[in-house]
Amino acid sequence: MTIDWIHFTPGPALAGGILLGLAAAALALAYGRVLGISGIIGGLLRPERAEVAWRLTFLLGLLLSPALYVAVATLPIPVIQADTPTLIIAGLLVGLGTRYGAGCTSGHGVCGLARRSPRSLVATLTIMAAGFITVFLLRHGFA
Amino acid sequence: MQQHPAQYGVLFLGGVVFGIGLILSGMTDPTKVLAFLDLAGPWDPSLAFVMGGAVVVGLVPFAIVRRRTSTLFGTPLHLPNRRDIDRRLVLGSLTFGAGWGLAGFCPGPALVSVAMLVPEAAIFTAAMLAGMLLFEVLERLKRRRSN
Repeated sequence: MTIDWIHFTPGPALAGGILLGLAAAALALAYGRVLGISGIIGGLLRPERAEVAWRLTFLLGLLLSPALYVAVATLPIPVIQADTPTLIIAGLLVGLGTRYGAGCTSGHGVCGLARRSPRSLVATLTIMAAGFITVFLLRHGFA
Repeated sequence: MQQHPAQYGVLFLGGVVFGIGLILSGMTDPTKVLAFLDLAGPWDPSLAFVMGGAVVVGLVPFAIVRRRTSTLFGTPLHLPNRRDIDRRLVLGSLTFGAGWGLAGFCPGPALVSVAMLVPEAAIFTAAMLAGMLLFEVLERLKRRRSN
């Protein structure tokens, strides 16, 4: 294994991670909810009126975050290598998988691990393993 | 159930802070995500610091919530309490992880990237919402069959 030192950014990664943890902690303490993006979106696809307002309030903040970020720093513009069919297949897998698995990188990976939930530990390890294997097969498997 | 208006302030700010955290950390850059998932290539371990930092910060607050019976505003808690590991959890997580490895997007960063007007993120997010809707339809069919 070789480390890509040129692109290694532990500082911003740690600072960003701390912000994620603070937001998740605030939601749990003040609202009693897990900050899980797939769960928050998925809950909107069910006709339960009492479940709509809090989800939309959180998502509004999330969607406005780039506009606020750009006011103080330069927004990093991502480079995306995946073509359209890949994006569609990936999106479908992520949508189905996060709902069947009851969480994604935020709900299981951040909140679940911080709650020391055994389900979230299994889910997080499974997600990471599947991600590692998929990228390995795509980049090194079919050469 | 009465909600305190300040709770909506926390929800909104929570969304803002979470989004800024995702951008700052590098999670909204699929190239960086895939460089983290590529153990056999030149490996960029940065994203381990994202999850590590977030989890360490969350440990004490979540331990406090666990001892409480209500939120700081006195409203009920809605935290998960399941502890069983079932097939749905594992198969769902495998499916999600495969999709994550394909494009480098997970749900939060995808939504934030849509707000950054990244066209590929919009395609991904539309498909993700379709996948979530498909889940709801399949669940409803399953419930109807068992009734």
